[in-house]
Amino acid sequence: MDIHEYQAKEILAGYGVKIAEGGLAYSPEDAVQRTREIGGNVWAVKAQIHSGARGKAGGVKICFSHEEVEAAADGMLGKRMVTHQTGPAGKVCSRLYIEAGTDIAKELYFSFLVDRAHERIVMVGSAEGGMEIEDLAENNPDAINKIHIDPAVGLLDFQARKMAFALGLEASQISHAVKFIRGCYCAMRELDANMLEINPLVVTKSGELIALDAKMGFDDNALFRRQKVAELRDKTQEDSREMAAADRGLSYVGLDGDIGCMINGAGLAMATMDMIKLAGGEPANFLDVGGGASPERTEKAFRLVLADEGVKAMLVNIFAGINRCDWIAEGVVHAVKKIDMQIPLIVRLSGTNVEEGRKIIAESGLPIITATTLAEAAEKAVQARNEQVAKEGAA
Amino acid sequence: MAILINKDTRMIVQGFTGKIGSFHAQDMINYGSNVVGGITPGKGGQTHLGLPVFNTVKKSVEQVGAEASIIFVPPAFAADSIMEAADAGIKYCVAITDGIPTQDMMKVKQYLRKFPIEERMVLTGPNCAGTISPGKAMLGIMPGHIYKAGEVGIVGRSGTLGYEAADQMKELGIGISTSVGIGGDPINGSSHRDILEKFEQDDETRVVVMIGEIGGSQEIEAGVFAKENMSKPVVAYIAGLTAPKGRRMGHAGAIISEAGEGAAEKVEMLLDLGVTIAPNPSSMGETVAKVLAKL
Repeated sequence: MDIHEYQAKEILAGYGVKIAEGGLAYSPEDAVQRTREIGGNVWAVKAQIHSGARGKAGGVKICFSHEEVEAAADGMLGKRMVTHQTGPAGKVCSRLYIEAGTDIAKELYFSFLVDRAHERIVMVGSAEGGMEIEDLAENNPDAINKIHIDPAVGLLDFQARKMAFALGLEASQISHAVKFIRGCYCAMRELDANMLEINPLVVTKSGELIALDAKMGFDDNALFRRQKVAELRDKTQEDSREMAAADRGLSYVGLDGDIGCMINGAGLAMATMDMIKLAGGEPANFLDVGGGASPERTEKAFRLVLADEGVKAMLVNIFAGINRCDWIAEGVVHAVKKIDMQIPLIVRLSGTNVEEGRKIIAESGLPIITATTLAEAAEKAVQARNEQVAKEGAA
Repeated sequence: MAILINKDTRMIVQGFTGKIGSFHAQDMINYGSNVVGGITPGKGGQTHLGLPVFNTVKKSVEQVGAEASIIFVPPAFAADSIMEAADAGIKYCVAITDGIPTQDMMKVKQYLRKFPIEERMVLTGPNCAGTISPGKAMLGIMPGHIYKAGEVGIVGRSGTLGYEAADQMKELGIGISTSVGIGGDPINGSSHRDILEKFEQDDETRVVVMIGEIGGSQEIEAGVFAKENMSKPVVAYIAGLTAPKGRRMGHAGAIISEAGEGAAEKVEMLLDLGVTIAPNPSSMGETVAKVLAKL
């Protein structure tokens, strides 16, 4: 789960990390009011969307007057911003963070991430701040410093000092840097974050360290014990279908294609999508219905897939383990009858009680296309999709 | 021989008396696994499914000689149960539980490393379907009947995709020595490489099928191991060609966050390492058949 910059900054400030003075605004008037409260004569107006690289999408503006702040706020609020991280659909900006301008002497990169290969939290820093770490990794990997943290003892002060020196900080800044790094680490550990990125981490002209931007992502598996973090969820930043699916205990990811999918198991779901692609089609979604696909669950999954109006055909692929095919087949027949499907449906069943399952589909009297293998299912789905598109084009 | 579990392996179930634990324990017993008891703290001394219930794993090791364990404990408590098993001297543990926090798994892995290698418990999972040595024993939640006994080892992240592979092979008359699910989480007990190493040492296994997916780099580490240390051929399929970057595809670990974690990139690197690639998920069986025919 991701949160907004202003939320991450609030959290970090609570851990002793220095941030610039700022406030939240929901309207241009709010924005001007925040500017007055903050004082000074330079402000940053920052769109709060769940994405990095907001600057390039017009989501960060430096303003020198109240009129400029108002105009910038007016331009951003309600706007759909597209960055390489949001996907083509973009994300709508409905909140702004207004922040006091900072006198920047130096920009650094700093983060804590989960290193899967080392099975540890890794601290990453670079004196080359401001650019994205992926670009830095590609163009100048030697400029990246990594220090792994032992989960048994946690971050040690010498590690924080080592990083501070590697970032090129001066002797007088080291103890402040250690406090800053320790604050970030505690936030990461105590709140079950899986990433915390300060980019840029700024050294001001007066020598202070300030988190100019802040990004935090949290482990979904740990939200059960981080109620306060869970409450920070902003549903407007997430795909509404994915949210609806999550609320029903289904795992769904919306994609750009037009063949809807319902599959049990994440691996088999990805494999089925691959087969669709190889057969010349494009999947409309990833959907794992999980182990216990009851008729109610099956119906919910059907509704979810069909809520995407671009779907031209739907493929169901179930390998029944704990499930039984006859049970799944009953659920499918029930769902199709109840929903009144207008597009072709292809069903492939395999595993426990497969003969009984196929019999139920065959005897249902419904125009369900069946397949026995994965390849056949994908080919038939693509063919049915093409026929459906031709039919709709003719009509 | 098979790997990890055999006909005689003495198994216990952690989370024994719960609904899910009971269901799968019965299924394992029906398959012929040597289940010798289970753990539910507070219910020690009772009998469940005709077997003794213990308060602690340690008691089950002492009293019924438990060697392997399977965990059906809810996510909030599962990491603790894994560490309890390791402390009690369990040799092999399967964690079925889906949803264990990543930082809990970091702690588990660190805890396991404190044991000397020869005494260290082997952990597979979490978030997996378990392990089966067909015709001998099952320590998992898979449908046992789809596996034919034979000479091909399977290691994979996904449950149902592993079933698909076993089913395709069965259709072609090919059997399985052992099938191991390593689970879909970002941090797991054993990696693809760890399991390949075990299959290499197993007399009964002639070919290994590795079923990987997007995210992380374990498939590549396994490929490097296969090239440098294995005499047996490895066939691989990597799921997720159509998966977009930065989106989690069901499994907590199935997310492309760095270069090299996508399916096409992994396939290319594995080909360079001499691994035979099943080009699509429908061809896993026939690709293995071709490799077997050449041996």
